[in-house]
Amino acid sequence: MTSKLETRDRLTPGAASSALTEWHYSPSLEATDHVKIQPRYNLFIGGKFVEPHSKRWFETINPATEETLSEMAEADAEDVDRAVKEARRAYEKVWRKLPASERAKYIFRIARLIQEKSRGLAVAETMNGGKPIKESRDVDIPLAAAHFFYYAGWADKLEYAFPNRNVSPVGVAGQIIPWNFPLLMAAWKLAPALAAGNTVVLKPAETTSITSLMLAEIIQEADLPPGVVNIVTGAGATGAALVNHPDVDKIAFTGSTDVGKRIQRSLAGTKKKLTLELGGKAPNIVFEDAPIDQAVEGIINGIYFNQGHVCCAGSRLFLQESILEPVVRKLRERIGTLRVGNPLDKNTDVGAINSRAQLEKIQELVDSGTEEGAEIFQSSCSVPDRGFWFRPTFFTGVAASSRIAQEEIFGPVLSVLTFRTPEEAIEKANNTPYGLSAGVWTEKGSRILKMAQKLRAGVIWANTYNKFDPASPFGGYKESGFGREGGLHGLAPYVVLS
Amino acid sequence: MRLNVRKTYKLYINGEFPRTESGRFYAVKGKGGELLANACRGSRKDLRNAVQAARKAFSGWSGKTAFNRGQILYRLAEVCESRAAELVDELRRQGSTAADARREVAALTDRWVYYAGWSDKYPQVFGSVNPVAGPYYNFTVPEPTGVVGVVAPEEPSLLGLVSRIAPAIVGGNVVVAITSESRPLAAITLGEIFETSDVPAGVVNLISGLKTELVPWLAAHMDVNAIDTTGVADVAIAAVQKTAAENVKRVVHFNAGKIGWDDATRSQSPYAIFDFQEMKTVWHPIGM
Repeated sequence: MTSKLETRDRLTPGAASSALTEWHYSPSLEATDHVKIQPRYNLFIGGKFVEPHSKRWFETINPATEETLSEMAEADAEDVDRAVKEARRAYEKVWRKLPASERAKYIFRIARLIQEKSRGLAVAETMNGGKPIKESRDVDIPLAAAHFFYYAGWADKLEYAFPNRNVSPVGVAGQIIPWNFPLLMAAWKLAPALAAGNTVVLKPAETTSITSLMLAEIIQEADLPPGVVNIVTGAGATGAALVNHPDVDKIAFTGSTDVGKRIQRSLAGTKKKLTLELGGKAPNIVFEDAPIDQAVEGIINGIYFNQGHVCCAGSRLFLQESILEPVVRKLRERIGTLRVGNPLDKNTDVGAINSRAQLEKIQELVDSGTEEGAEIFQSSCSVPDRGFWFRPTFFTGVAASSRIAQEEIFGPVLSVLTFRTPEEAIEKANNTPYGLSAGVWTEKGSRILKMAQKLRAGVIWANTYNKFDPASPFGGYKESGFGREGGLHGLAPYVVLS
Repeated sequence: MRLNVRKTYKLYINGEFPRTESGRFYAVKGKGGELLANACRGSRKDLRNAVQAARKAFSGWSGKTAFNRGQILYRLAEVCESRAAELVDELRRQGSTAADARREVAALTDRWVYYAGWSDKYPQVFGSVNPVAGPYYNFTVPEPTGVVGVVAPEEPSLLGLVSRIAPAIVGGNVVVAITSESRPLAAITLGEIFETSDVPAGVVNLISGLKTELVPWLAAHMDVNAIDTTGVADVAIAAVQKTAAENVKRVVHFNAGKIGWDDATRSQSPYAIFDFQEMKTVWHPIGM
């Protein structure tokens, strides 16, 4: 699969200059014996785990070992219908009638249970998705709990969020989430929807459904009224059945721009509300006066965090010409020190690629980069024999029109471009149909604010990158989607104002 | 007996009044079927020119201070007031009763005043400083979506148009509007008012013509960021929504319904501004 890249280029100047690649780390493996992954997961509908109407289950694997972890039910249109009916019943009979302060307490309970069970959730997340344990332990799971905690508090305060309006819930929300931050995305979707008084049918991504079903167990344990949250597993067909179900009032989707457009099209002519959080090709812009070592850490974190499976990844690096050489040199050294391998090892910086399909897509785009004449640099680290792996990679000499500068790769691959003036940086950075996020590195305060104003993107990280918080709205401009998740603004998609 | 001078009704693109490049026209008829004017039957090329002009004007208009935009909207109210008789006359020629025409012009003049006042306030209502769990300063500000396509309702042809343009431009957006097909005359005169009220060229562009032709082109244009379907016929809305997905356009629809366009409590609100805003969140570390 990665045969093209297997060539050890330790003698290339970049790799050779990096003495740090020789460092050795003793393995520090996270224990897995305390984690209960069921051999089979059914659908979570009406507060119960039920067999799918299809009577079909599909295997879900550990992408780091290719071993089967469990099997997930494949929900067909009848299962989706059953879930929507339960959600509707729970909405009309229970959830919308419940005093908002009681609704809040259920959501607080869920937050607390996630905290209690955080270690097991982190391990399961890492095993099923391939992300390093230190990320699922320190980022995904704590943020998921924090999201529930944040929105729980909003449930009985909605009238303060929308001045001069009566606030009511939308009804039944159909939510479809991606595989890059499985539990965290479930939290981003569920927490504001529930707080605003909606009931939900959630469809997790087919490669990473385990933690959603563990969340279902938590929801059961929290005594959330049956039907308020329903979870249906499956692939695209399951998602399509949910999107097209006539009794769903709102669709929230996070995923690729392609699928997002398809969903927007299929909702045409319906009364369903829609929010989309789609792809990105974020510029990360470094000025010559930036604190270079911090910027290099920001660049690395911006693109290699979560194997680059991040819609807001800083995948286009714009360096001011005068610092091209030193920054590229530091990048070469730094990616040589990234520890790639077993995601359960607490030392690991870059884990496994989420699936074989994604690995093939990354490889295809990387090949196109080389073919289109860009110069490739890859970490020379060794990777395990089994599982899906891609070495941290960056390209220099990238033409602005090339595919690796235009298309979302969704992997640990960075394109390095240059600029001379701030105006040129803005022009180039904005020259994409996407507009999800952007990074700016400079010591000059007024320039940060000007750049923040001029970059057409929903999240601007200045002298930092890839920071997330439940209180901080997140979402895109242009073809990166519409609607916000997080903060007060994240409530708007789940309410009707009158 | 003096022969009156008739007005040629043209398009309003980039601060100028060109005829449609297509050379086509359509007859605008009065209530009794009499010919009122030959209006431009705008073409796809006219729309493209308008979108291009709007895009060019976006940076300047969105970069103006909120105070300045507020002053310009207020100036629009002043000029509408002083030219009220002309607008009323045109609405009457198009079939409104004198009382309705006067009420419509008064309401749209007040609507400019209402939105003028919002220019430097809605960012405080919709923006926020966000208490994130870490040493970061984090804030959210509304920013204009960009080029907004507005399809004006057939009636009220002028108040409907103003009610949809005002919340878009007060928020820094630029507009390409398709005027009421059956009653475009007063709308085209409104172009003269934009032209003489310090609204920079390209910020508002007005295209008259057949909606069945123009609306699908507007919905499909890849450099239009949002489309307001308020004036799209019910049967055509699904098609517009579908086309809009091609570049993930924001689709906004205002249903005046029973409320009525001159009901100030519901047909004007800061939430209409919010519909054409994107929320931008900025993070910066806090440290010594």
